[in-house]
Amino acid sequence: MEILINLGYLAAAVLFIFGIKGMTTPKTAVRGNQMSAIGMLVAVIAALLDHNVVRFEYIIIGILVGGAIGALIAKKVAMTDMPEMVASLNGIGGGASLLVAAANYLESQKLAEMGQFTASYDWSLAVILSILIGAVTLTGSFVAVGKLKGKIGDSNKVMLFKWIVKLCFLVLISGAAYFAIVDPLNSDMLVAGLIIICLILGVSLVMPIGGADMPVVVSLLNSYSGLAGAAAGFVLGNNGLIITGSLVGASGIILTTIMCKAMNRSLTNVLFGGSMAATAGVSKSENDAFYEGKVKFSSADELAMLLDGAQKVVFVPGYGLAVAQAQHATRELANMLEAKGCDVKYAIHPVAGRMPGHMNVLLAEAEVPYDQLVEMDTINPEFSQTDVAIVLGANDVVNPAASKDPASPIFGMPILDVHNAKTVVVVKRGLSPGFAGIPNELFIRDNSLMVSGDAKKVLQETITALKDL
Amino acid sequence: MEMFIMSLTIFVLAIFVGVEVINKVPPTLHTPLMSGTNAISGIVVVGAILSSGGSEHTTVLSTVLGVAAIILATINIVAGFMVTDRMLNMFKKK
Repeated sequence: MEILINLGYLAAAVLFIFGIKGMTTPKTAVRGNQMSAIGMLVAVIAALLDHNVVRFEYIIIGILVGGAIGALIAKKVAMTDMPEMVASLNGIGGGASLLVAAANYLESQKLAEMGQFTASYDWSLAVILSILIGAVTLTGSFVAVGKLKGKIGDSNKVMLFKWIVKLCFLVLISGAAYFAIVDPLNSDMLVAGLIIICLILGVSLVMPIGGADMPVVVSLLNSYSGLAGAAAGFVLGNNGLIITGSLVGASGIILTTIMCKAMNRSLTNVLFGGSMAATAGVSKSENDAFYEGKVKFSSADELAMLLDGAQKVVFVPGYGLAVAQAQHATRELANMLEAKGCDVKYAIHPVAGRMPGHMNVLLAEAEVPYDQLVEMDTINPEFSQTDVAIVLGANDVVNPAASKDPASPIFGMPILDVHNAKTVVVVKRGLSPGFAGIPNELFIRDNSLMVSGDAKKVLQETITALKDL
Repeated sequence: MEMFIMSLTIFVLAIFVGVEVINKVPPTLHTPLMSGTNAISGIVVVGAILSSGGSEHTTVLSTVLGVAAIILATINIVAGFMVTDRMLNMFKKK
């Protein structure tokens, strides 16, 4: 039986790998996801066959309750809220790993009383690590959700949180050393204390990070949620958990690296550098002075006229598109333009929106074919042949200062070269700075027009105007 | 200790497999990748099930923690797979 169960875990891990492999093209992705789900089913069945499982009622209750809640939120969540959803799920996963570690710790005590278990250093280390990663993922993710929702603003107490982080680590390391060396199996209070320290640590690690850096944080926490599972695997000595956890851990780390590269910042800088707006941003009066009298304001009617004569149009979506829920209006306008024989594309910056791939999901929801969504490096040379580039609620990712002004705090960050288009139309609610807190030279260039307003409303007006032409 | 080294070996090798496979996922699918891997990280449900199975070495508290862990992990799994499926169906070529 033992062999069969372990083969089950292995089969599950293989199914997960094939599942992720399926994600490499949109065509095979649905099947890939289903394979992963089957893998999970296999793993659960294997666990239920374990000789340690003698009563099923609590397990069934747990699965039913969790399954119902999970199904409900999966059905209800809007595509625009996906970053919050993924962040919350990361946190829940971390919480589950933390609870598993704690439950297993208590069981090990009982086993030791029965003379069937002796604590070793590597076991102690695994317990501490799974508590640490699980707890940090749990609270860190929920702070990230608060930041994504805008309920928790950028903190100006970066130094304070840094001190709390250092203090937490100090207490944690000494606590862990005492735990491992002195008496690992009679340290209930110590373990409870360390859990609390790690929960505080999670909050203090994410609090000082700017809202704009949430794509990095969400990816990193995604990685942690996997590593938490792997750590739980070390505690339990379960290879299925270790393999699966490390797959997820690797995925999160890759996404984190991609996000950091797209912002030209190191991970350390994102995590410990504080919010860019707070450190490098300009004041409101400086911002106003920068734009004073230099921005050409336009209207939806004028935009419609411009588009009427355009051969090639590129949409540049940003976080503003998600906020305004303008994906369907964008698609409608694009359809009209295509019907006129215009070439329409969408330029996707890797950090547009609040999580990796955020814009792609929104536009896919509006049934934009995925081959029209073009990555930064591919679309950049095309801007010089573009008649109209429409920037929808994006700011820092189209700021030419990133490539031209070495003094700019975002210098070196790869951007979409929309300024090379014949005309750039910026649809934006106001002239407030973007996440980096700096004004954007693009808006005062000769070939730029600004249409103030909510992206969805502006696009709908443009559609109406275009119909009347 | 031997057990630990064995586990560590598997851990390190699995990370390499993960990096190889995931590097090929296109940016378009990064959000579903995150929610999908998120669902997979619900694999800790295995540990939770073992803690809730009422074997002789469980205690009341460990069972309570185990059941709570099952609930959380199942939310993660079900919500993760379902929402990923929702997203991926939107990406299907129309």
